[in-house]
Amino acid sequence: MGVIGKLLSLVRGSARELGESIVDANGVRIYEQEIHDAKTAIAQAKVDLTGVVAKEMQSAREIEQARAEIARLEGLAVEALEKEKNALAEEVAAKIAEREVELEKQTQLHAEYAVQANRLKELIKASEAKIREHERAVQMTRTAESVYKATQSIADNIGTSGSRLVSARESLERIKKRHEDLNDRIVAAEVLDRELGDHTLEAKLAEAGIGEDSARKEKILARIRARRAAPTA
Amino acid sequence: MKNLQERMEGLDALIATRLSGATVGFQPIPGEVPVIQVVIGGREELPIFVTASKTQILCVCYLWTDAEVIPERRAELMEVLLELNPTIPLSSFGRINERYMLFGALSREARAEDLANEIATLSDNALDALDALATYLA
Repeated sequence: MGVIGKLLSLVRGSARELGESIVDANGVRIYEQEIHDAKTAIAQAKVDLTGVVAKEMQSAREIEQARAEIARLEGLAVEALEKEKNALAEEVAAKIAEREVELEKQTQLHAEYAVQANRLKELIKASEAKIREHERAVQMTRTAESVYKATQSIADNIGTSGSRLVSARESLERIKKRHEDLNDRIVAAEVLDRELGDHTLEAKLAEAGIGEDSARKEKILARIRARRAAPTA
Repeated sequence: MKNLQERMEGLDALIATRLSGATVGFQPIPGEVPVIQVVIGGREELPIFVTASKTQILCVCYLWTDAEVIPERRAELMEVLLELNPTIPLSSFGRINERYMLFGALSREARAEDLANEIATLSDNALDALDALATYLA
């Protein structure tokens, strides 16, 4: 975010300097370095995360085992008490105590791994968001620079080739005039075609009573008259 | 990604078709970034410049310079351009370094037909805009 704001201050500042300094002025190289760093950080965080998640799974398994062992030992202790083997029951109780210490340690470790995993996941998410943001900044800035450079080339080209020394108004008038000329030529061609083309010749011939068309009307009339005079039965 | 020159290949015919057979010529403009000048027969004064960056293809038609705008009508012209912008199909008004322009931008992945359509539309729009807004120019 905030890229348009930076572009705005550049546009408002000195338009002349834009072409040369836009990438530097927007710290594009810094952004690009940060993108690179963030990508490296993500790669490392993913490796770390894999390790932490593996340890988390391992501690979960050990917790499971410790609990099962404690349950088994408690069963044995009950049996020993039932058979009034108190000394044995005490020995088992000591074993249970050991197992409980182990269970507590594993439970604590497991919780720590979970916290670590979450922290790494958040770090990855934040880094990815940062990359997206920076990439947008870099893209916009690079695009802005490319546009300014293109305009510069065009301006230089217009300057040297002199292709646009006339004003916009003049350009418009020239285009319009050319368009009108073209229209005039089309109309003129049609007029000429009418005057000089076959069209006129045919009309003149017909007028002079020469050719097929000239007598057509008369022939038709004669045909109709003939039909009227001798209606078919 | 195709470079600009490759993208423009065969595009002259597509543009010509959209402009009822007008002649269409391409000319590369020397410089740091790729720019190709498109000259349309009968509208030689209003060439279209096509340039490409990593993210977009930009088509630009220069309309007039700041110096040509009637000073007392300048503010009104700005308002008019802003209001017109959303209503003109595919093209928008802009200004860089005192040059007013009509432009259209496309994705780098745009099809040849889209680019041809963009250029032909921009040419029509530019001529139309110049005609309509000439009252603001000295």
